[in-house]
Amino acid sequence: MDITLDLIRDIASGISFAVGLAFLLIGALGMIRLPDVWARIHAAGVIDTIGAELIVFGMILQAGFTQASLKLLLIGLFLFVTSPTATHAVANAAFTAGLRPLNLRKNQSANVLGGETKP
Amino acid sequence: MAKAIGLLVALFALWLTLSGFFKPFLLMLGVLSCLLTLYLAYRMKLLDDEAVPIQLRPALLLYWGWLGGEIFKSAVAVSKVILMREMALHQQLIAVPAPQKTDMGHVIFANSITLTPGTVTVETRPGVFLVHALTESAADAEGFAEMGRRVAEIEAW
Amino acid sequence: MTMLLATAAALFAAMMMVLIRLFAGPTVYDRVLAVNTFGTLTVLLLGLLGFITERPDFLDIAILYALINFVATIAILKFFRYRALGRRSPLAEE
Repeated sequence: MDITLDLIRDIASGISFAVGLAFLLIGALGMIRLPDVWARIHAAGVIDTIGAELIVFGMILQAGFTQASLKLLLIGLFLFVTSPTATHAVANAAFTAGLRPLNLRKNQSANVLGGETKP
Repeated sequence: MAKAIGLLVALFALWLTLSGFFKPFLLMLGVLSCLLTLYLAYRMKLLDDEAVPIQLRPALLLYWGWLGGEIFKSAVAVSKVILMREMALHQQLIAVPAPQKTDMGHVIFANSITLTPGTVTVETRPGVFLVHALTESAADAEGFAEMGRRVAEIEAW
Repeated sequence: MTMLLATAAALFAAMMMVLIRLFAGPTVYDRVLAVNTFGTLTVLLLGLLGFITERPDFLDIAILYALINFVATIAILKFFRYRALGRRSPLAEE
């Protein structure tokens, strides 16, 4: 019985690793391929959110019910909370510095900022 | 008071997770250090809605599950764009209304938008966010309205 | 074990790809983004190394690295924002 449980666990974590790695590699490819920093932010988003969380989930499955899996849960939660904050900080700093995306289709920034002058 | 107990429980759970010790003497030291931290937080007037967000509804966990599904869907969409030979980029900066009533609600909504690949919150002003979207389908106003409604449900006010 | 090694190898490949962007730039924001992503991948690699070498202590290092990575990203951005005061970078002209 233990053997089948171990096998199921290994298969489940293997799938999680494989899907997570696929997203990580696609995201890393996007970091190289995409044309400007605004588009690359989204590639980094793919790596930071779904890729990282799936790898952490696979490691939690490998660890089972131990202290290690609680620590991994802590890492996952921490990445989940901080990665959007860091991404937003990069986007906001780039916007404040005056960078604008290539080939903008629609720009409603005036609707949000109104007549504010940039600092 | 509820905030103080909430913070103490959270701190002690963190201490147990990181140390993994269950000897009485060490447990006592852990409790003491948590109480000291609690005293410092009280003196720094940190026991508010922001540091100890126990005012949020427990449905937050369900919302995280739903958000996970959304993240997966949009990650697949962004992956398709990256893997296409001619990348179909339609970059746009759009204004998204934020209907939440509290600061915490705004933070959760803005972070949820950023967590979803394909959209990033760039600037925030009261009641409205400036969002950068990678493609036409990522900039779907219906999707933002749906997410905003769900966030407004879990914030207590 | 083979699975963990293969995962670590693929993770390493992804890190190298992010490193290309880190060196290529061209703006400082590209580099900060690449550093942040590289840090996330390092956290994952540290966790995997803990499993491969069967030393759970590596997870503590991974937690610490995740914390420092976040603080460092915010600190670098804040430094560049207030030192350059929103001036246009010469490489960012479009």
